[in-house]
Amino acid sequence: MTMIINHPLLGPRDAAEFVYLGDASLINRPDPQSETAAEEFYEYLHLRDNNAGEHRELWYHEQGDRSWLVVTRNTLTHDITRVELARDVASMRANGAGAE
Amino acid sequence: MNDSNNTVGVNRIGQGLLASSAPVPFIFNDRKFHGLEGDTLASALLANGQRLVGRSFKYHRPRGIITTGSEEPNALVELGTGAYKEPNTRATVIELYKGLEARSQNHKGPLSFDLMAINDHLSSFLSAGFYYKTFMWPKAFWEKLYEPMIRAAAGLGSLSGEEDPDVYDKGFLHCDLLVIGAGASGLSAALTAGRGGLQVIIADEDFLPGGRLNFETDTVDDQPSSLWAANAYEELKNMDNVRFMTRTTVYGAYDHGVYGALEKCTDHLAGVSDLPRQILWRIYSKRALLAAGSTERSIGFGNNDRPGIMLAGSVRGYVNRYGVAPGKRVAVFTNNDSGWRTAHDLIDAGVNVVAVVDSRSISPLMAIPGASIAMGSQVVDTQGRLGIKSITLNDGRSVPCDCLAVSGGWNPNVHLTCHQRGRPTWRSDIAAFVPGDDLPTGMQVIGSASGSFGLAERLRSGHEAATDILVQAGSNVVAKRTPQAHSIDYTITPLWQVPDCKGKAWVDLQNDVTSKDIAQSVREGFKAVEHLKRYTTLGMATDQGKTANVLGLGILSEISGKSIEDTGTTIFRPPYTPVPIGALAGRARGKHFRPTRLTPSHQWADAHGAEFVEVGMWLRAQWYALPGESHWRESVDREVTATRESVGICDVTTLGKIDVQGRDAAQFLDKVYANTFSTLAVGKVRYGLMLREDGFVMDDGTTARLDQNHYVMTTTTANAVSVFRHMEFARQCLYPSMDVHLISATEQWAQFAVAGPNARNLLSNIVDAPFDISNEGFPFMACSELSVCGGTPARLFRISFSGELAYEIAVPARYGNSLMHALMQAGKSFNAVPYGTEALGVMRIEKGHAAGNELNGQTTAANLGLGRMVSTKKDCMGAVLSRRPRMNPENPIELVGFIPTDGAATLRAGAHFIATDAEATLENDQGWMTSVAYSPSLQSSIGLGFIRDGQQRIGETVVAADPLRNESITVKIVSPHFVDPDGDRLRV
Repeated sequence: MTMIINHPLLGPRDAAEFVYLGDASLINRPDPQSETAAEEFYEYLHLRDNNAGEHRELWYHEQGDRSWLVVTRNTLTHDITRVELARDVASMRANGAGAE
Repeated sequence: MNDSNNTVGVNRIGQGLLASSAPVPFIFNDRKFHGLEGDTLASALLANGQRLVGRSFKYHRPRGIITTGSEEPNALVELGTGAYKEPNTRATVIELYKGLEARSQNHKGPLSFDLMAINDHLSSFLSAGFYYKTFMWPKAFWEKLYEPMIRAAAGLGSLSGEEDPDVYDKGFLHCDLLVIGAGASGLSAALTAGRGGLQVIIADEDFLPGGRLNFETDTVDDQPSSLWAANAYEELKNMDNVRFMTRTTVYGAYDHGVYGALEKCTDHLAGVSDLPRQILWRIYSKRALLAAGSTERSIGFGNNDRPGIMLAGSVRGYVNRYGVAPGKRVAVFTNNDSGWRTAHDLIDAGVNVVAVVDSRSISPLMAIPGASIAMGSQVVDTQGRLGIKSITLNDGRSVPCDCLAVSGGWNPNVHLTCHQRGRPTWRSDIAAFVPGDDLPTGMQVIGSASGSFGLAERLRSGHEAATDILVQAGSNVVAKRTPQAHSIDYTITPLWQVPDCKGKAWVDLQNDVTSKDIAQSVREGFKAVEHLKRYTTLGMATDQGKTANVLGLGILSEISGKSIEDTGTTIFRPPYTPVPIGALAGRARGKHFRPTRLTPSHQWADAHGAEFVEVGMWLRAQWYALPGESHWRESVDREVTATRESVGICDVTTLGKIDVQGRDAAQFLDKVYANTFSTLAVGKVRYGLMLREDGFVMDDGTTARLDQNHYVMTTTTANAVSVFRHMEFARQCLYPSMDVHLISATEQWAQFAVAGPNARNLLSNIVDAPFDISNEGFPFMACSELSVCGGTPARLFRISFSGELAYEIAVPARYGNSLMHALMQAGKSFNAVPYGTEALGVMRIEKGHAAGNELNGQTTAANLGLGRMVSTKKDCMGAVLSRRPRMNPENPIELVGFIPTDGAATLRAGAHFIATDAEATLENDQGWMTSVAYSPSLQSSIGLGFIRDGQQRIGETVVAADPLRNESITVKIVSPHFVDPDGDRLRV
């Protein structure tokens, strides 16, 4: 039926308000100037780890404040251990901290 | 109609807990009966001596009622008539009301003489796996003959085939503590938690709270247990912080403390009500206590399915709660102490107990004058065609009886503990599965659901669990004392199947699975529990094996020689009991499945003859029929011609509008569009092409620059939501340092296309001075904010989808309907026409613009002839992968136009192009037709389509083959710009 996502700004919300996208590695868009850009973009777009266990994934609060969130969810138990604003994660990456 | 004159019922021996002795008339199989208020259909039928209530699933064996609750596998009846007909309802949980109509199921001819009972004699052909083995040949017969035949013969009730006339609702509840079940442990927990001030929801499937307290003659706090339950209910009902939900089944345990519950609001009321029939609740709980109780199981012995053979706890339950004796001469067969409680309660109520057969070699638990007491004995067979008449013991003795109360032990109701894949564990001391440690988050199990069968322990477990929760929540523990009761011993020596029993021993009564089927399944290699279930159907259908599963596992473990721990158990999924599809749908039915969005000029369009078409959630005017126009083409051709000759108006509000603002708005648009927008001058509009990151075209539209840091983008109607989501992804996840903000303004602005040679003349009648609308002052692709109609704020864009001199004008949505009036008024002297989506489509095909049919997610910019729009000077989403070699072949498929060489022919979208002399095969496929229309301007059918190397082949002739419709039309490849190819009309 549903899960509850603890939105960093809005508190606990029903997962039905969100749209799921997939692996949070989609934040890590490769450098289009790279010499191997074509190969990197191919991997970025199509290749995913399929973890049994902790998984960082993107959810969009479409029926809410339209925040993109990075949700850390255990795929075996559905326990959600961490919820971050994707924008914060992306900013950290841009500042060299990495999104992993 | 054959009436039963006895209003009390031949088997009614007292009042039980029934509130009133007023008779309630009801009908079963066209015969009139009377029950009492507070009866279930089952108790009322038994009170009237109706033991036979249905026929079994496969063998059409006569069957009766065997339980008092939702676990009932047998007594399935059809309720109601016409559209209100409801099959497969359990007689044991149907509250009796005046005029209730029920019918038995699954028989041909009268219930007492079912023509399909022949199946019972053919049973050797119908054993486990017969579906898979018997009807294999010839293959074609399966679908046409065997399957329909089996479906007609085997089964449950039938649906009315009509739309469900009832209303269902959905609701959402939040609580600190959800208590599932209002029996001894549930009430005890709710009292302690409620008195301590927690927000409590307590739910029970029964209409009378109390669970087994109402079926037993126990004592709690020196009161009869049923009275204690009634008092607890009163107290809880009156607490502001407690919501007591009767007739409510918590059917599923979901993630993070969320539970699904079904409340039956009107099923127990006579007549048609305007209340919702049922409510599907979603309950968000911080903690939950599962107090779902336990369910009795049977024993495998010969012909253990005859009407009158019931579970022992249910036999005394009918006596104690409903004042109904299921028989006049009752025999008991047990492997545990529960059977003796039944004997005790029956004797107390004055019912004749003729025998107690206990498989354990122990001393009798009580003396019963006049009864045969057989210790260490078993029942091996029973007799009686339509109801039990006698039993045969293993020593050969026969005892006449009209009811046999069987107890094979009790199973905790662990179902909800399994809904998150929890695995129950085996406890040999009670010979039952109990909840494992892997419970759903926040859940704890109390009472007999946890395997504590003694009443004192049940009451205490509820009190203690609630006390712990209160302490953890930092609340006061007001109720310090647990309700008091005597502990009652429960000992059991498992007996699954009687050795050397005569005839078939039934395990799953609902699916007609016997112990022989289990043995056969093991013999044929289906030894694992999950295989056994699927091969024999043990534990399937509406009861999900509540009375059958553990018995089946016990027999399996005996046959396979493995312990029950090693055999394991199947686990449970939601729902606990059946949930109607109507309740899951709620009010989201038919047109209410999703919202209907109306355009701002809907009212005007409706009043002016518009036919509407659903576009996504929108209703858009498709065409406006004038009096005398009998065919849509007449209207559409007229609208196109009038627009091209003078002026037409179309509501285009449904196109997505996204407001983009911020210091980095221009740079941001350069990232999400393939072409460049940072170079667009303020006051100008540009056509934009958007790619997905994989390089394929996602969407297109025009974007206007209203100010240095302010753009307004339009998207296609269909992609408005997904483009906005895509852009928010880009903004937040890819370019977080950009100063840019997005907001959807689709519903805030009403927008109209005004197209045709007189478009400017029309608009000059409504724009306010000093706005200069001349061609020089406001040229093609200009945009501006202005006011119209004497002060109404507006935006004007000189863009054209039709290929004519055209504008789009936007006003705040609340003025949209008025603006439509104003535009039509202003265009009166030019014979302005409103046009709908059909004329819009015709004109865009005539002009060669791509739309949804062409932008189907599989086309590239090059396919659309827009390859040069993908800027090589900057990066954008999709840029890197759009350069993949396979997406840029030397001779790509390209969008071009098509006309039939025979002017009268009608083109079809979906046709595929092949060379004129080639066969219509996949190898010869060169492309396909995407959009077609009749062009009033060319007076010919025209089409757009993709064909290999199209731009180089203008003038060539190919065949548009449509093998589905068996059509082949010779077409000429032409420019996609059928009308005004140089675009002169746009710029005048």
